[in-house]
Amino acid sequence: MTPGMGALDPVFLSRLQFGFVISFHIIFPSFTIGLAAWLATIEGMRLATGNQVYRRVFDFWLKVFALSFGMGVVTGVVMAFQFGTNWGVLSERMGAIQGPLLGYETFTAFMLEATFFGVMLLGRERVSPRFYFIACCMVSLGTMFSSFWILCNNSWMQVPIGHTIIDGRIIPANWWAITTGPIVRVRWPHMLLGAFLTSGMSVVATGAWYTLRGIHQSERRVMLHWGLGLVAVLIPMQMFVGNLTGGYIHKYQPAKFAAIEARWKTQQPASEVLLAIPDPSAERNLFAIEVPKLGSYIESGNWDSRELGLEAFAPEDRPPVMIPFFAFRIMVGMGMLMLVTSWLGVILRWRGILETSRWFLWCAFLAFPTGFIAVLCGWFTAEVGRQPWVVYGLLRTKDAVTPSLTTGDVTFSLLAYIVVYGTFGSFGLYYIYRLLRDGPSGEALAIPGATANRPMAVAGDAQTATGNQLRTRS
Amino acid sequence: MEPSNLALFWTAVVVGSILVYVILDGFDLGVGVLFGTVRDEAVRVEMMNAIAPVWNGNETWLVVIGTSLFAAFPAAYAVFMGAYYIPILLLLCGLIFRGIAFEFRFRTERMRPFWDWGFFLGSTVMGFVQGAAVGAMIRGIPVSNGQYSGGVFGWLKPFAIMTGIGLVLGYALLGAAWLVLKSEGPLREWARRRIPWLATAVLAIMLVAFVTTKHLDPHARGNLQARPWGIVFAATGILALIAVIVGSRSKRDGFPFAMTVLSFLSAFLALGTMFWPYIIPYRITVGNAVAPDASLSFLFYGAVVILPLIILYTARVYWAFRGKIREA
Repeated sequence: MTPGMGALDPVFLSRLQFGFVISFHIIFPSFTIGLAAWLATIEGMRLATGNQVYRRVFDFWLKVFALSFGMGVVTGVVMAFQFGTNWGVLSERMGAIQGPLLGYETFTAFMLEATFFGVMLLGRERVSPRFYFIACCMVSLGTMFSSFWILCNNSWMQVPIGHTIIDGRIIPANWWAITTGPIVRVRWPHMLLGAFLTSGMSVVATGAWYTLRGIHQSERRVMLHWGLGLVAVLIPMQMFVGNLTGGYIHKYQPAKFAAIEARWKTQQPASEVLLAIPDPSAERNLFAIEVPKLGSYIESGNWDSRELGLEAFAPEDRPPVMIPFFAFRIMVGMGMLMLVTSWLGVILRWRGILETSRWFLWCAFLAFPTGFIAVLCGWFTAEVGRQPWVVYGLLRTKDAVTPSLTTGDVTFSLLAYIVVYGTFGSFGLYYIYRLLRDGPSGEALAIPGATANRPMAVAGDAQTATGNQLRTRS
Repeated sequence: MEPSNLALFWTAVVVGSILVYVILDGFDLGVGVLFGTVRDEAVRVEMMNAIAPVWNGNETWLVVIGTSLFAAFPAAYAVFMGAYYIPILLLLCGLIFRGIAFEFRFRTERMRPFWDWGFFLGSTVMGFVQGAAVGAMIRGIPVSNGQYSGGVFGWLKPFAIMTGIGLVLGYALLGAAWLVLKSEGPLREWARRRIPWLATAVLAIMLVAFVTTKHLDPHARGNLQARPWGIVFAATGILALIAVIVGSRSKRDGFPFAMTVLSFLSAFLALGTMFWPYIIPYRITVGNAVAPDASLSFLFYGAVVILPLIILYTARVYWAFRGKIREA
């Protein structure tokens, strides 16, 4: 057992808590990054063709976007404090690098709220169509830029570069290397494509849902056709970029790579484990489907390379195996599902039987969460695979926790977050569900009292956002 | 260690953000506290509408504080977050409940009492933990090896409970003054009647806190003796509160709010006089907690673009919603 795993100590509970709040958070940004790009695309089509169906599709997804953005902001506030409350030593020692990167992320989000986000949410009637489209593009760029800083920060934690150590203090020496290094160059596109696919599959599923229910005929067609087309193009790109991500892990984090592959012994040539039941205590796989030599080819490009197994690393330097192994395979599996769904959909559409193939529409509808699951599992692989380090090679997770915390303290806070997020999340998801269920309606109403930094109000309507209905009634 | 110019810039950013946050979020938290003391639905809706366009923007400053502290003073960020583990947890839970209560209460009749409780309790808890945190700071935070070394309830001392209650009442006073400024008719009268009582209670707690600190805490006493001009701030704060009490019947609806803000500003400066140059009082100085210049200068370029933009945007929103709230 890896230190900090299994025993209910402050380190393990803090990891659990961070994992819980950030998993909850990442759902919303990955959705909104994709939705912002989707909205810009649809608005561009409306501008180019003048077709009003794009306007109705846009207004509908704008509400979903606003509500998700609001949920992302609220859960993001919590993240701004998590580093300090539970990871005091990490904050103190690595703050010189992580602090400014996360600071830029916050600033980017604020910049968005203060400028183009307001135009996008509330300024439709006040600016020219061309400027409105530019505002949509800027919001999309802003959400991508925001994720860039998060990926800079996390990539630095995966493979720290561009710093010096003076008297035990970590000092940033080369910000250019930190923000444009080889790791962030592949991981940022990987995350962006993941976000696009997440929203793409949601758009497809929503279109399929309306088709199955026989409602919103012209809008659902836009969603189905555009969504399937986008996913069909993006998923091969994602597989290519994902492969590059594997390359950096192989080069810089060989122990993580061995864990993802469930390879206990060093092999030459190495086989590729497709599926297995790893047994960490016995350091072997109970059952495995393997392809001989394929591992060497995938990892090093020839059929005979020597690939490291977990035995090559001291027990205290090994990551856990179960989560990276299975999370990685679930992520890849979701990618395969998206590939099959989107290409099949495109073929059905080409043959003109898309909207009558109910079996396919059901599959597409049920594929709604594939993108979300893939994003979460990808992050689980990256983060758990980095263990036992919080900053790879520089600081161990067990040494990074706030030293004053006790098991009871973190149990209490974890339970509190579960209760609060459970309540908040279930209502938020319920309102998103209701929006999706009802689908596009008539004109969006102007909302008194709504501003760009109160996006959730935009997802309601004039009556429910400020209670004016109640006033006139009483 | 003497702080560099960049360090002073970031000190100003953190201190300025705290001050702006306390005043802006202070009044809308205060309205949330007062919200719990009325039953009439029409009045509650009017109270909500008095802060609806601005409350979320006000909380933006809390994030500015957290982020700037982490980026510019990581050593202080680590100690504060460790020492205030429970207050931060309560603050965040309060913030979430308040926020969703705001957006969800109008969408449901059945669940409305639940969200209303969330709005009131969330506001009150946020005010209390902020006040208690200041109280705990005055009494000192134990630190060893650059990390907080006390227990998780180390902050919860009688003195901190008193300052916590003091700040809830102080925010309620700000909230009442804001309602006088923004509303007309029965709500304005209702808020006006509460002002003298709240101001008297706040004044009493402030005096007790000031005298206790001066007698109990040698560091604070030393700093106040070395900076006798600091008494000006204390005096201004007291006079401003007396002005609030005496002038609560004033025809000018902005008067109570202006005077309450002045008293908050004075109390804030008085605290600064006691603490400077410490960021964790009497343990870690600003110069020792600050990040290396390479970090400060990197984020500096972001700050000089973003902070003026946030200020402009905030001003624009307040300007757009100036004057009394209107009937629908």
